[in-house]
Amino acid sequence: MTHKTPLIAAALATALAAPALAEDAPASAGDDVLRIGLVYTLSGPAAALGEQARNGFMLAADRIGDLGGMKTEIIVVDDERRPDNAADKARELVARDQVDFVVGPIFSNVLMAIHRPVTETGTILISTNAGPSNFAGADCHPNFFATSYQNDQNHEVMGAYAQAQGYQNVFLMAPNYQAGKDSLAGFKNSYDGGIAGEVFTELGQLDFSSELAQIAAFQPDALFTFMPGGMGVNLVRQYDQAGLGSIPFLSAFTVDETTLPATQDAALGYLGGANWAPDMDNAANAAFVSAYLDAHGAVPGTYAMQAYDAAQLIDAAVRKLDGDLSDRDALRAALAEADFDSPRGDFKFGVNQFPVQDFYLVEAIKRDDGLYQTSLREKIFDDYVDTYAADCTMP
Amino acid sequence: MTNLLVLQLLNGLQLGVLLFLIAAGLTLVFGIMDVVNLAHGVLYMVGGYLTASFAALTGSFWLGLGLMIPAAALIGLVLEYVVIRRLYERSHLDQVLATFGLVMIANETVKIIWGTAPIGVPMPELLDGSIPLMGPLKYPVYRLAIIAAGLAVAVGLYVMVNHTRLGMLLRAGATHRNIVAALGVPIGRLFAIVFMLGTVMACFAGGIVAPILSVDTGMGESVLILTFVVVVIGGIGSVKGAFFGAILVALVDTVGGVFGPIAMRAVLDPAAAGQAGRTLAPMLVYILMAAILFARPQGLFGARS
Repeated sequence: MTHKTPLIAAALATALAAPALAEDAPASAGDDVLRIGLVYTLSGPAAALGEQARNGFMLAADRIGDLGGMKTEIIVVDDERRPDNAADKARELVARDQVDFVVGPIFSNVLMAIHRPVTETGTILISTNAGPSNFAGADCHPNFFATSYQNDQNHEVMGAYAQAQGYQNVFLMAPNYQAGKDSLAGFKNSYDGGIAGEVFTELGQLDFSSELAQIAAFQPDALFTFMPGGMGVNLVRQYDQAGLGSIPFLSAFTVDETTLPATQDAALGYLGGANWAPDMDNAANAAFVSAYLDAHGAVPGTYAMQAYDAAQLIDAAVRKLDGDLSDRDALRAALAEADFDSPRGDFKFGVNQFPVQDFYLVEAIKRDDGLYQTSLREKIFDDYVDTYAADCTMP
Repeated sequence: MTNLLVLQLLNGLQLGVLLFLIAAGLTLVFGIMDVVNLAHGVLYMVGGYLTASFAALTGSFWLGLGLMIPAAALIGLVLEYVVIRRLYERSHLDQVLATFGLVMIANETVKIIWGTAPIGVPMPELLDGSIPLMGPLKYPVYRLAIIAAGLAVAVGLYVMVNHTRLGMLLRAGATHRNIVAALGVPIGRLFAIVFMLGTVMACFAGGIVAPILSVDTGMGESVLILTFVVVVIGGIGSVKGAFFGAILVALVDTVGGVFGPIAMRAVLDPAAAGQAGRTLAPMLVYILMAAILFARPQGLFGARS
């Protein structure tokens, strides 16, 4: 039995030293190839979001060439929007493919599943979209970065806008699942006026006639909604059909470059909250948008922009270290500097390694070339720090 | 509150005629051919996809809908000849297995041909927009058109079932199938016609909702359960039952779904009422079904129990 003792001791030591494990460099850190795993939802009804993000990352990689001056290998996997599947794929990326960075995913529940398998092995995880509150607050992790936002922020933008407009009576509607509930809570964080009605719809619901009837009957000052993907497409078209266009349509993740190709004219003039829009006026953005248009014949959305920035972030940090990824503290410090030109202009990381950035009111417009996009209207928050950052203490 | 009631009654009517279009075929196939067809919802989906494709191809929704009808009839005939015909003598369990297989084959085929992203169908210009009802209320013209189209089909079906020779055979087949066969009616041909008719109506329903719902792979399953509820409530094999069952189910679903939580707010605090209302609203239809089956096990207009 004695031969088991060292094993048990080793296991105990590992368990006790779990936080210290994060300091170890993965085996791949020493070789001269930069390996990056992309985890995105590339099938199913939400595939359009993952495709935008993958395209955005690949676009930056193509434009830069060798990321960080190293030979770069990018492995793309489809999480199928299934957390269990994503966790398996993330473990494969880390253990078998020995990636240096994992980038993705789109959905918060997927991020929850891959966070631990990736960060605990010492590999860096960069979220380009999902930003759940726990990872921004108490569960912040030195190996986790987000180039997107904290999930509540875009909803808070719309709440602040509704407040500033002096609305007294806003109708709230979201799908009945965690992100939907968080969305309405986020809106109410920055809105103190009255609520005309609060409706949770079935996730995946496609006919909104009952909800639209309630909106028509209550005649609220405005509607605020969160209906990502196909739900948003249907809601926007039916809202327009029902003749409710005179009631302002405020939303987050509902009217954007992934749904506008389907809703087209029906969404024109609808308002959203975002950290960026394709017509932001700076050189880095002009280059990004025109390159994306050339490559894909479509207007990039925030999903593409945030993934594009993740590639730029990796490039800048690895370049700074001359490709030597073995000193993990130095790598994290180089990433935290965020020394690159983001298409959104102002960009830096806060203590929780989430962006401190500006947020805007955006409006859906038709472009001169017949495509559709969101367009900046006004800045709502300047250098906005998410409300959870205060709970984060990095070890 | 009256405003909301008026709008919800219209919404209920619109959902009702849609359910009727699907349920009419299902009840005939079930009642006359004695086939449990789980793939009936798939036909609704295929109708949506065909309309979307033909509309995109021709640039006109009307042409798309027009081209879809003969294509749907052909699909119905082929499906009956290749699969359904082999199931007449088999048990209901075999039929459920075979038609469930069809559901999976059809869903995958649709994914391969059209992809997984929902497909939008442009609203026909003629029916775009909304008309004022009363006060600030407006109602989409297109949904009114769906109600009109559904009622027109119902009237046409009524005339056919009650005043034509084919209708006579259908009525006889629903109640006394063996006698009809014994009298020398070519029952195989009658079955093929019934199945084709059901297919065309389900596809038509899928086609006309395409501009409001956009077409996607799960749409068949989402209506199938409700359609079976309609058939059971109305009475298996009865087209009249399918009509009144569909309207009843749809009204309970839309009006109850909104007014249930409102009524509950009178007795509970708002948060609890909202939660309870959300939970109870989807159950209303099934409670209705249980109550009707308790009072009339053969359904409202069913001949056989």
